Amino acid sequence: MPRKLSNPFANSANMPQSERTGERRLSQSKGNRLTHFFSSSPKNKDHLSAQQSLLAMHASPHMPSPSMSLPTISLSTATAGEPNTDESPTTLFKPPTEAESEKQRRMDAQFGPINSPNHRYVSKSHGEKLPPPVIDEPPYYFLLTTYISYLILIALGHTRDYFGKRFGNKKHYASLKAHNGYAPLNDDFDNFYVRRLKMRLDDCFARPTTGVPGRFITLIDRKSTDYNRSYEYTGTFTETLNMSSYNYLGFAQSEGPCADAVETCVRRYGLSSASPRADSGTSDLTLQVEQETANFIGKPAAMVFSMGFVTNASSFPALVSKGCLIISDELNHASIRFGARLSGAMIQSFKHNDMVDLEKKLRLAISQGQPRTHRPWKKILVVVEGLYSMEGTMCDLPVILELKKKYKFNLFVDEAHSIGALGPRGRGVCDYFGVDPSEIDILMGTFTKSFGANGGYIAADKHIIDKLRATNAATMLGESPTPAVLMQILASLRIIDGQLIPGQGEERLQRIAFNSRYLRLGLKRLGFIVYGHDDSPIIPVVLYHPAKLPAFSHEMLKRNISVVVVGYPATPLISARARFCVSAAHTKEDMDRLLAACDEIGDILQLKYSTGIAGGAEPLPEGVTPETEAEWRKANGLEGVVKAPRWKLADVLARGEEDTKQRLR
Amino acid sequence: MDLHELQTQITLWRDEATYAFQKVPGSAVLIRYVRSSYQNDPVRSALELVLVIFVIHYLFAPSYSTKKNEIKLTEAEIDELVDEWVPEPLVAPQTALEEAEAERLPVLLGPTAPKSKLVNGKTVTNLASYNFYNLNANDQIKEKAIQTLRTYGVGPCGPPQFYGTQDVHMKTEADISSYLGTEGCIVYAQAFSTISSVIPSFCKRRDVILADQAVNYAILKGLQASRSTVYWYKHGDMEDLERVMKKVVQDQSRKQLTRRFIVTEGLFETTGDSNDLPKLIELKEKYKFRLILDETWSFGVLGRTGRGLTEAQNVDSSQVDMIVGSLAGPLCAGGGFCAGAKDVVEHQRITAASYTFSAALPAMMAVTASETLNVLQSNPEILQQCRENIKTMKAQLDPRSDWVTCSSAPDNPVMMLVIKPEVVKSRRLTIQDQERILQECVDEALANGVLITRLKSRPIMDDIGTRDKTWTLQPALKVCVTSGLSKKETEKAGTTIRHAITKVMTRKTNSKLAVPAAA
Repeated sequence: MPRKLSNPFANSANMPQSERTGERRLSQSKGNRLTHFFSSSPKNKDHLSAQQSLLAMHASPHMPSPSMSLPTISLSTATAGEPNTDESPTTLFKPPTEAESEKQRRMDAQFGPINSPNHRYVSKSHGEKLPPPVIDEPPYYFLLTTYISYLILIALGHTRDYFGKRFGNKKHYASLKAHNGYAPLNDDFDNFYVRRLKMRLDDCFARPTTGVPGRFITLIDRKSTDYNRSYEYTGTFTETLNMSSYNYLGFAQSEGPCADAVETCVRRYGLSSASPRADSGTSDLTLQVEQETANFIGKPAAMVFSMGFVTNASSFPALVSKGCLIISDELNHASIRFGARLSGAMIQSFKHNDMVDLEKKLRLAISQGQPRTHRPWKKILVVVEGLYSMEGTMCDLPVILELKKKYKFNLFVDEAHSIGALGPRGRGVCDYFGVDPSEIDILMGTFTKSFGANGGYIAADKHIIDKLRATNAATMLGESPTPAVLMQILASLRIIDGQLIPGQGEERLQRIAFNSRYLRLGLKRLGFIVYGHDDSPIIPVVLYHPAKLPAFSHEMLKRNISVVVVGYPATPLISARARFCVSAAHTKEDMDRLLAACDEIGDILQLKYSTGIAGGAEPLPEGVTPETEAEWRKANGLEGVVKAPRWKLADVLARGEEDTKQRLR
Repeated sequence: MDLHELQTQITLWRDEATYAFQKVPGSAVLIRYVRSSYQNDPVRSALELVLVIFVIHYLFAPSYSTKKNEIKLTEAEIDELVDEWVPEPLVAPQTALEEAEAERLPVLLGPTAPKSKLVNGKTVTNLASYNFYNLNANDQIKEKAIQTLRTYGVGPCGPPQFYGTQDVHMKTEADISSYLGTEGCIVYAQAFSTISSVIPSFCKRRDVILADQAVNYAILKGLQASRSTVYWYKHGDMEDLERVMKKVVQDQSRKQLTRRFIVTEGLFETTGDSNDLPKLIELKEKYKFRLILDETWSFGVLGRTGRGLTEAQNVDSSQVDMIVGSLAGPLCAGGGFCAGAKDVVEHQRITAASYTFSAALPAMMAVTASETLNVLQSNPEILQQCRENIKTMKAQLDPRSDWVTCSSAPDNPVMMLVIKPEVVKSRRLTIQDQERILQECVDEALANGVLITRLKSRPIMDDIGTRDKTWTLQPALKVCVTSGLSKKETEKAGTTIRHAITKVMTRKTNSKLAVPAAA
């Protein structure tokens, strides 16, 4: 049946654009009315009725369309007056109608058009050793004041608790006190951080949004009059530049081939399979997605799940048990820790990305065996992530594989963030380092991020997947992915590997690589401390002071940019940060806008800490190679002497495009 | 070298050493301190020296001993051990039953419907999906989902805390809480993992949980993750529950007050039967426990408009502390939820792992859930229709079959058919035998055009260490009734299943009567 399934794509590519747009507009506007149930702004309504009147004009074929008044030369049999922007050879010139330009604007807001062929780069390792990430540190003054900030916050919090519990509003403290013989629902101590620290910046989290989280994201405005205990919705919306969603390849779109395929699929398959995979939740579509996923990853078999978190949480209990050892990177995601804890295996962690520490742990574990009994371990499973979501660092896959050969452990790589976002063909870290995926035992990833869908997958050898199908709880008992999600995965996979709309997948991959490097280089040159590897689309900017988290977020919001800020406990206490997630949907101009905003805010909030050891140096003069520079430095005794980079914004923008494609320095 | 020379040499060295020592900053202070502490009593100085050595040792020692049991090995020995170590294969080979099952796994061609087409071209009556009201085929809901797709795309591309919360999620949460009559509600991205996350977000080490023996896998995992002290009570036995409660209260009377919870299900996943909620509420209030009720299988099923166990047994939903339910089964959407008081809900937004660390539910599914809830509320007759079919189906199976009996509650569309105890006893069937026989029944029914399934949780549930081992999970056939079939069709399917069971049970290979126990 696969042939029948691929039809929707073929249709969407060939079908005259006008027919489809007409159909879609209608459902579109209905959708708005339905989903803006909460807060329909007057502005939105006007805009809709304008759209609808335009629609009415389109619907009646005899009505002269606005474009008729302009001279058009028909070169083919196409009838004049039919808006047909995509197949441009039919006419020499035709200005877009209002509806078309509105549609174009909407599409551009989801996925920005590329403005220059230069804004591309191939994300790929160039054979050099992966440098350990350089952790730049600000002057001690900043570190000290950060600690003092937390001390003040904690002291204030306890003072407020002390008086609040005695004289304050009873309602706010009810869940902390035993009442009527029930123990308090929340532990006073566990809840302290949330109550006294997070509450202060709560408006920076969980900002409600509406519409597509694409290049731009529409926030629903809210304000709080009681210090973030509750919010009021003002009924207005703000369209912001989206630097927060994990929309790496820009597949969060409500138009285009993916959405078309999903629509056809929902009409055919319905909404749900209403059953776990092991009962009757397996359809031809599921099997097709699993096969395509396996082909894409480069593994013989794969299985899909309806949630990324559960993919990890349920796979570890199926793989390891008592008597096995899990050696896990200390910064691994919560889902890995959750799954590992449920598996019953022993867990050890090694320092983030420190291969020497990993080897030490391995030697110790293998030579000593299990604790007390000294029996040899049944299996050792090393778990790393391809790309770390809070650090922007990649795992050092080539070295891990060398260790794997020597120590015979099993390797589990979580590619939740790296799949699609790294590598010349978007196949994740293996692709980036040019490693054969067969060398890794288990490749796990999610469809939430790069594919704009939901759920996760596990790819491995066939016998492993077969066994996992029978032992993995999420397959046996959990719901299977819905047809809509499956089709989104299938369509986006096919675009990435070029089966569908050849060239577009490549463009997306190269744009995200360019944008990532461009933004990172720009931030370093402006003087920010940026974590992570050069090609990573996750760019954390360290802010340090807790007070700067909400300040940074608010300043960005003022400039209509939405960013994620994270502090303790997601990061170490000292290194609270803002995180930018770069997408292929962004254009270079968006990056410039962000850099300009960062430059201003960096000056206001004193965020330009960097010492220059992590990059951002002046470019080399013409004809000077890094080697001759090193020699020159040696000769003049300037080794290790770096100047703190504080470039002017204009210079950053002027040189950025060219230097992004060089080795970053 | 004579003695004299040696003496001068030693004096020289001593002077040099003294000089060098005096040059060290702070040495004068040290000497003064030693002199003042000496006070013509060498024992004092020795004691101080021991103290100094102890402090230095203490400072440099690791905070706790990790090497208590470690054997010192040379590098060469370690290399040798590394070379010799042979790990087990990552996964064990498949067992025969698993292989057989994988081979026969039904693969649907096209949508899930009361009459589903399989990839082998056969059209079968589908009694294996939780599509109780056939909402999957509802065009109106599909249209709404497509409109949402055209406004929101598919995935929300982020966790709820970071711009993943969309207005549709807030609407779904509001819809569920007003439907159930609770203060608040939180929507998770998957139903299966919801309860595994809800339990550990409230229950911590030192807290006490009383759980029914028969709770499902997801709850067991939640209990395991919570690290609380778990006590078990006999399945559905309120007297036993009271006994355990008394014991817990007595044990804890002198200790610090801890949180106490009861965890149970509205309709049990493993047995299909229900709970006496009013009695539970009475007990929980008497002994000051909080109640976590997993309504995964009863939400959208029990009660006049499908509100679940609370509606069916006339209990105010605010008396249950946490109601956990699924939007994925009969509601044909996706995701799960936890409803309760506002404090309870807001607490989970930060502490529940599968909410905080996972992407939000796709907007399409949130809207679908809102829509299906609306359908259930406005047309409660579809629930009636389904219940009629349950009666019809039961009439075909339970009283008429000599071999199986239905353990499900009367209104449960998932009918659990277990082999009658007397048959098990007389034929000396082990659990594995029963599973094999039931799998044969499933295959036989499928051959006759009726797709059913069986309870598959035993192997994975047996692996959980925290489970109450005194209770064994009874293998069962699962027949999921749907209102998408007419009464006649349901009757016919019931007859087919009954005949299939009879055929399998009367096969010669399955009659173990004559085999002595020792063989």
